[in-house]
Amino acid sequence: MYPAQFDYRRAGSVTEALSLLQENEDAKLMAGGHSLIPMMKLRLAQPPVVIDIGRLDELKGISEAGGSVRVGSLTTHADIAASDVLAAHCPVLAEAAGHIGDAQVRNRGTIGGNIAHADPGSDIPPVLVLLGASVHLQSPSGTRSVAAGDFFQDLLMTDVGEDEILTHVEAPALGAGTGAAYLKFEHPASGYAVVGAAASVTVQNGRCTGAGLVVGGVSATPTAVDVSSLVGTDLSDDAIAAAASGLDAEDPIGDIFASGDYRVHVGKVYGKRALAAARDRA
Amino acid sequence: MARVLGTSIKRREDPALITGRGKYTDDLKAEGMAHAAIVRSPYAHARIRGIDTSAAEALPGVLAVLTARDVAAAGIPGVVPVGWLLPDLKTPAHPMIAADTVRHVGDAVAVVVAEDRYIARDAADRVAVDYEPLDAVADVVAALEDGAPAVHEEAPGNVAFDWEIGEREPVDAAFASAAHTVELDLRNNRLIPHAIEPRAVLASYDSSTGEMTIHMTSQNPHVHRLLMTLASLGMPEHKVRIVAPEVGGGFGSKIHHYADEAIVGLCSMKLDRPVKWTATRTETNLTDAHGRDHSTRCALALDADGRITGLRVDTAAAMGAYLSTFAPAVPTYLYGTLMSGQYDIPAIHCHVTGVFTHTTPVDAYRGAGRPEATYVVERLMHLAGDATGLGPVEVRRRNFVSPDAFPYQTQVALAYDSGNYGPAMDRALEMIGYDDLRGEQASRRDNGAKQIGIGFSSYIEACGLAPSAVVGSLGAQAGQWESADVRVHPTASVTVYTGSSSHGQGHETTFSQIVADRLGIEPEAVEVIHGDTDLVQFGMGTYGSRSAAVGGSAIAKSVDKIIEKGKKIAAHLLEASAEDLEYEDGSFRVAGSPDRALGLGDVALQAYLAHNYPDDLEPGLSATSFYDPANFTYPFGTHVCVVEVDTETGTIELLRYAAVDDVGNVINPMIVDGQLHGGLAQGIGQALWENAVYDESGQLVSGSLMDYAVPKIHNLIPFELDRTTTPCPHNPLGVKGVGEAGAIASPAAVVNAVVDALSPFGIDHIDMPLTPEKVWRAVNS
Ligand SMILES: Cc1cc2nc3c(=O)[nH]c(=O)nc-3n(C[C@H](O)[C@H](O)[C@H](O)COP(=O)(O)OP(=O)(O)OC[C@H]3O[C@@H](n4cnc5c(N)ncnc54)[C@H](O)[C@@H]3O)c2cc1C
Repeated sequence: MYPAQFDYRRAGSVTEALSLLQENEDAKLMAGGHSLIPMMKLRLAQPPVVIDIGRLDELKGISEAGGSVRVGSLTTHADIAASDVLAAHCPVLAEAAGHIGDAQVRNRGTIGGNIAHADPGSDIPPVLVLLGASVHLQSPSGTRSVAAGDFFQDLLMTDVGEDEILTHVEAPALGAGTGAAYLKFEHPASGYAVVGAAASVTVQNGRCTGAGLVVGGVSATPTAVDVSSLVGTDLSDDAIAAAASGLDAEDPIGDIFASGDYRVHVGKVYGKRALAAARDRA
Repeated sequence: MARVLGTSIKRREDPALITGRGKYTDDLKAEGMAHAAIVRSPYAHARIRGIDTSAAEALPGVLAVLTARDVAAAGIPGVVPVGWLLPDLKTPAHPMIAADTVRHVGDAVAVVVAEDRYIARDAADRVAVDYEPLDAVADVVAALEDGAPAVHEEAPGNVAFDWEIGEREPVDAAFASAAHTVELDLRNNRLIPHAIEPRAVLASYDSSTGEMTIHMTSQNPHVHRLLMTLASLGMPEHKVRIVAPEVGGGFGSKIHHYADEAIVGLCSMKLDRPVKWTATRTETNLTDAHGRDHSTRCALALDADGRITGLRVDTAAAMGAYLSTFAPAVPTYLYGTLMSGQYDIPAIHCHVTGVFTHTTPVDAYRGAGRPEATYVVERLMHLAGDATGLGPVEVRRRNFVSPDAFPYQTQVALAYDSGNYGPAMDRALEMIGYDDLRGEQASRRDNGAKQIGIGFSSYIEACGLAPSAVVGSLGAQAGQWESADVRVHPTASVTVYTGSSSHGQGHETTFSQIVADRLGIEPEAVEVIHGDTDLVQFGMGTYGSRSAAVGGSAIAKSVDKIIEKGKKIAAHLLEASAEDLEYEDGSFRVAGSPDRALGLGDVALQAYLAHNYPDDLEPGLSATSFYDPANFTYPFGTHVCVVEVDTETGTIELLRYAAVDDVGNVINPMIVDGQLHGGLAQGIGQALWENAVYDESGQLVSGSLMDYAVPKIHNLIPFELDRTTTPCPHNPLGVKGVGEAGAIASPAAVVNAVVDALSPFGIDHIDMPLTPEKVWRAVNS
């Protein structure tokens, strides 16, 4: 549990962090360190240089404007879980963050680090995909944004380029008539999600006008389920169960605790329950 | 003075520990200290063709790289011995450092010593070992199959021993004429102890004196010194001092003598410098002796009235790659002997095969043999309740050893000294609201995915390891007494030197209560010293729930001797006859003359100022005792677990857990409850989550805490505890022991509850751990 030799640099600004990234080949950014340091201790990651961005206030904070919420990449899970802004405009993100690890992990871990690390059992990715959030990145050549659905590419692989820093995520606020829920089936050892189901439904005049379901933990990246069959229904339990049973994963992940088949099964059950919870909140 | 025995005074250990001032082995620093990293086999079974240490040696800061060759060159015995023998036990050598063959992932092949632990680790990665991988067998049943890869040439068929207890013929006869029989094939899952503090050692050899001081994570420093000097390092025992500073949990894993501690000792001797090693969590999981790992076929015969007539048990018990210190004793003396449970069983036969596998050695882990035995008996009792139609409560009651039958001689060597099983069951039923629960269960049977189940475990254990008269009769060539040296200072405060060294149990608190109570002084006036071979005469250590019953009794014995000695001194001072003196509330009084009395303080002072003593009276006021118990102690109780099973996903929610335990007299109720809580967490952990899993090639796939689930506080529920009190009749304190009860009783209670919940699905058994997927598959098959 002792990392290999590395140099430590602390960046004073995003600009400095970007230039340190350019100067040091194979360097790693460190936010909360709660995924990076364990990888380094197991020597699965051996970056020659670690660039600490943990104190960059410019990347912290939660705000709402013009119908969307913006969360800085260095905002901790604890701050997200306790955010009044999110409670009012996007409670499902706060709900998911509250499920992460334990208090210590939530106090240190950040949303940027969480999605840049892209563990398939992470709680945040399915919620961002469900919300249709955008991930914002900055490099020496400028800024760009990418849809959350395209951001997660494979197991521990994302769209973050070598010279880029993730600055913030933006998600549309949940409108009136929309309910959303995140339900987690926790791994008894790691505490990560074996399955994490994020669901939303919008109801107008007793009828569903929109619904979404994204399941994490089943595949390398969040799996969106086509639940459009719910639109126009009154969201009966049967309709919800039928919609959730559409979860399909080509190559589900499995471990000694839960096989791929079982994860898909649980994904369907938790998808159903998350949709029902979302309905009850709409 | 108010009695302190039986009161929940706060643990005196805690202020230092919770303010971070406790000093654990890894906190210690020595002048000139170097750091060791051990190179371990990545293969479960391989031949070592060669080891190239040059790249490691070339790294700046590296002081030495040692292999088996250096062990041989040092001219030391260089082995890790097994401490407990059985008849016809195969004892293949366990070299400190593997010379030509590695036998489990984690087997030590070399050690690097460097100026700091980072360099040591870097260098360890540069030791190039040329392995020729060989076929391996990790599974205890597979290892017994024809043609299985052999772990040791000396042990054909991978059999380490073949042991039995009880008689086969009467059991066969009982089955032949039984009205009901139930049988079960079960696995008792392999567990990793997971003490929070990893094993660590700081060995400091000084060539100028030839002395070695070893600070290490030990539950029994004297035993470690004996094995370390005798079998590993070959040093004279009087030149070796072993100190166990604060020890952060052990659960058995720090009883055993391991290669690593001996290797670090050798490094210190070679370099003439202090050398420290602390296991990483990964190393801990690969090298701390594991627990359990049985495959068992068992069956119970009952007559038409539901009375048990016979019990048959056949177990294959994994030993792992080498025989660890206690290993052969665990599935035999501490397992087969417990098969009578709380029941009057006229015929029992238990056969155990000890099996070598290419895995981490298996040894004592909280409960050691007794959880496995309880699991067998209590799972069968659950099935018997169904088969006879009597249900789980009545079938147990009907077979309890009756309270007037004690001492009760079982068919498996042990004679239970005392017991009264009915009241514990009654109380448990009352606490849980049994009839209402059955009503709720019935109302849910036909509707809803969530079923509830109620499971029982009426357990017995044998604690207070180990009366030489009893274990001697079973072939053990040792007894496990304990020693205590109690010294009363001239000012009447007291220091106790005990061989029971604590690793978190609170010995300092409870032992001070014992002394304070017996001497009629305040517990604050008593200091308890343990865990240092230079300070303490000798000790067997802390395991097997023995500290209060054996270590505490040794202390009581010494205190009694001190009172006798004090009477002589007081008689001299009061010009009375010692026979006429009584000791009460801290003073010596002449019977019948209340004004002729001397306080302990006066007597203690005069014991040291002694100047005009008669020839037959020695100065000083201290006493040393060695206490060999007359019998084991037999705690018992009934635990009831209530679960809710979500049949749609297979997840299990604990709803209630009630435990009624009889641990004899209680010294400190808070500490007793704490021990029960910890044991329950581990037992429930075994039932629901914990599992050391090897793949077919012998890789430990649950080697990290990301995969191996230890129970966390949010996984558990508040436990409902109560007690009955049946004092142990044969020790001076009437205490029995509580360290393991929770871990012994609870696995069966949990599994019985889940099986009870799932009985509408025709499920009568699921192997532990009851993971949601297993439950879901059982429901859907
Ligand atoms: C005990 C424990 C339990 C946990 N349980 C859960 C859980 O239940 N659910 C869950 O979702 N997560 C869990 N986590 C992970 C936790 O959420 C981590 O905090 C998170 O995954 C990483 O965030 P971090 O800020 O610590 O990132 P770091 O560890 O600092 O970085 C992680 C990776 O992201 C990169 N990175 C970080 N910030 C940026 C950035 N701004 N731009 C570009 N790249 C960046 C780093 O270079 C690194 O590769 C757990 C972690 C621990 C230690």
